[in-house]
Amino acid sequence: MGKLFAIVVTVIALVSAAFFAMHTWWLPVDISTTGPAVDHQLTETLIGTGVLFLAGQLLLGAFAWGSSGRSSDRKTKVFPGGAAPLVVAAILVVGVEIFTLTFVGSKVWGAIYLAPAEAGSLQIDVQAEQFAFYFRYPGPDGKFGAVHPDKIDDGSGNYFGLDPANDVAARDDVVVGSLVVPVNQPVALMLHSKDVGHSFYVRELRVQQDFVPGLDIPLHFTATQTGKFEIVCTQLCGLGHYNMKAYLQVMTPGDYTQWLKAQESQ
Amino acid sequence: MQRKIFMLLAVAALVSSNGVISFAMPAAGSGAITGKVTYTGTPPKMKPIDMSKEPSCAKQHATPVSTENVATGPGNTLEFVVVYISAGDTGPSEPTAAVRYDQKGCQYLPHVLPMQVGQQLQIFNDDQTSHNIHPLAKVNQEWNKSQPAGSPPIDTKYDKPEFIPVKCNIHPWMHGYFVVLNTTHYSITGPDGAFSLKGLPAGKYTVTAWQEQYGTQTQDVTIGAGETKAIDFTFKALPY
Repeated sequence: MGKLFAIVVTVIALVSAAFFAMHTWWLPVDISTTGPAVDHQLTETLIGTGVLFLAGQLLLGAFAWGSSGRSSDRKTKVFPGGAAPLVVAAILVVGVEIFTLTFVGSKVWGAIYLAPAEAGSLQIDVQAEQFAFYFRYPGPDGKFGAVHPDKIDDGSGNYFGLDPANDVAARDDVVVGSLVVPVNQPVALMLHSKDVGHSFYVRELRVQQDFVPGLDIPLHFTATQTGKFEIVCTQLCGLGHYNMKAYLQVMTPGDYTQWLKAQESQ
Repeated sequence: MQRKIFMLLAVAALVSSNGVISFAMPAAGSGAITGKVTYTGTPPKMKPIDMSKEPSCAKQHATPVSTENVATGPGNTLEFVVVYISAGDTGPSEPTAAVRYDQKGCQYLPHVLPMQVGQQLQIFNDDQTSHNIHPLAKVNQEWNKSQPAGSPPIDTKYDKPEFIPVKCNIHPWMHGYFVVLNTTHYSITGPDGAFSLKGLPAGKYTVTAWQEQYGTQTQDVTIGAGETKAIDFTFKALPY
C-alpha cells in the first residue's frame, strides 16, 4: 500500500510539473512594455515554488516507498527537541521563502506601479461603476471638465458627473465605453469609482489595479501590439460583477486619430 | 321621438352590458383635447450608447442606439411626453388590460410607459442576458428584481400616482420611466409630438404635459359636450 501511494504521489507531482515545464496552459500574449518584467518575476516564482513542490513531493514518495512494509513496532524517529522546534523550523523555512518572493516581487511591482507615468503620456480618465467601465478623453481643448458627483446621471449618459452648462472644459469631453489607445504610446489612466471597489485588469497588459471609492488612483502602461483585449473587473463588486467588462482597443496612430475625431464630432 | 331615442339607448346599454361598450361608465364622453408638443431653443445632443460589453444586445442594433432623455422629431417635436388630465377628471375607472414593458436589446421599450394607478404591469426580459430592473420609486414601494434570460415576466402594479425613473442594476445605460397616473385620460407623444385625450365629458380640465428632463407644464381647458379643442405645449430646450 505504501509503495502504491509513493508511485501515485510521484506520478501526480511529475505530471503537474510537466504541464508547467511544457507551457501547456501558459500565459496569454504580452502586449506591454512592462509585461516582460512581470513575466520574468512570475517565471522565477514558478521555478522557485516548483522546485520546492517537486522536492517535497518526491521526498514524500521516497520516504513512503522506503518505509513501506516495515514493522509498526519499530521505534519512530522524532525531530530533535520534539514538536516545538519542528514547527519553528517549518515556519522559518516557509517564511523565508514567502518573504523572499514578496521582497523580490514588490521590487518589480514598485518599479512599474510606483514609477511616474512618462512625460507626454495620453491622459484618460476612468470611471468604474456597477457594472461597467467608462473612459473619458479631454477632447480638442486638451482639458478635462471638472467632475461633480451630484451631477452623475447614467440615464442621460453623464457617467462622470460633468457640468457642461457651467463648465466650458467639460463640453467637448469624449466619454465612451471602450478604452481606445494608440500603439506604442504611453498611456496614463486615472481611476475613480462611483460606488464600490472595482478592479482594472487586462491580462495581456499584465496590469491589475483596484479602484477604491473616494481615491484617484493613477495607472500607466504602453501597449506594444494592436488588437482588441478584454478589460475585466477582478474585485467582487456585486450582483453583476460577472458581467463587468469593457474592451481595450489598441490602434495604429492613424486609426486612433480617426476614431477620436469621429467621437469628438458626436 | 324622445321616447324612441331613449328606447334605443336602453337597448344599446343592454347589448353592451357584456362589456363591449359601457354606457354606465361615469367618465364617458365624446369631447377631446388634442395637440402637439414642441420645443424652442437647442436640445442637448443625445449620446450614442456603447453596448460592446453585452454582445447579445449590441448585435441587435445595426447602428448604436442613443440616450433618449430628450427625444426629438422633425419640426422641433418632442417624443415621450406624457399628456394627461391632472384635474377635473371624474376619477379613474377600473383599468382593464395590463400594460407591457420590455427589456429588449438592453433598452427599455417603451422608454416611457404611462399607466393607471392599480393597473397590472408586466415586465418582460426578451434578451439573452440577465437584467435587474430597479424602478426608483419614492412614493410607492421601491424594489429591484433580477430577471435572468428566459425568466417569466414580473407581474406587479403601483398604488399611488408617481413619476418613477427606471434603471437596470446590471446595465447602467438602461433608463426609462414609469408614469403612474390617477386618470384614464392620458396620451404619450410619438416622434410627431402629437397627443390626443379622447372620451371626455363636457367640463373644465387641467391638462398637464410632463417631459422627463423639462418637468411639467399645465393648461386649463374647458370643453363643451362633444367638442374637440386643440392645445399645444412648448418646452424651452437648453443644449446642456
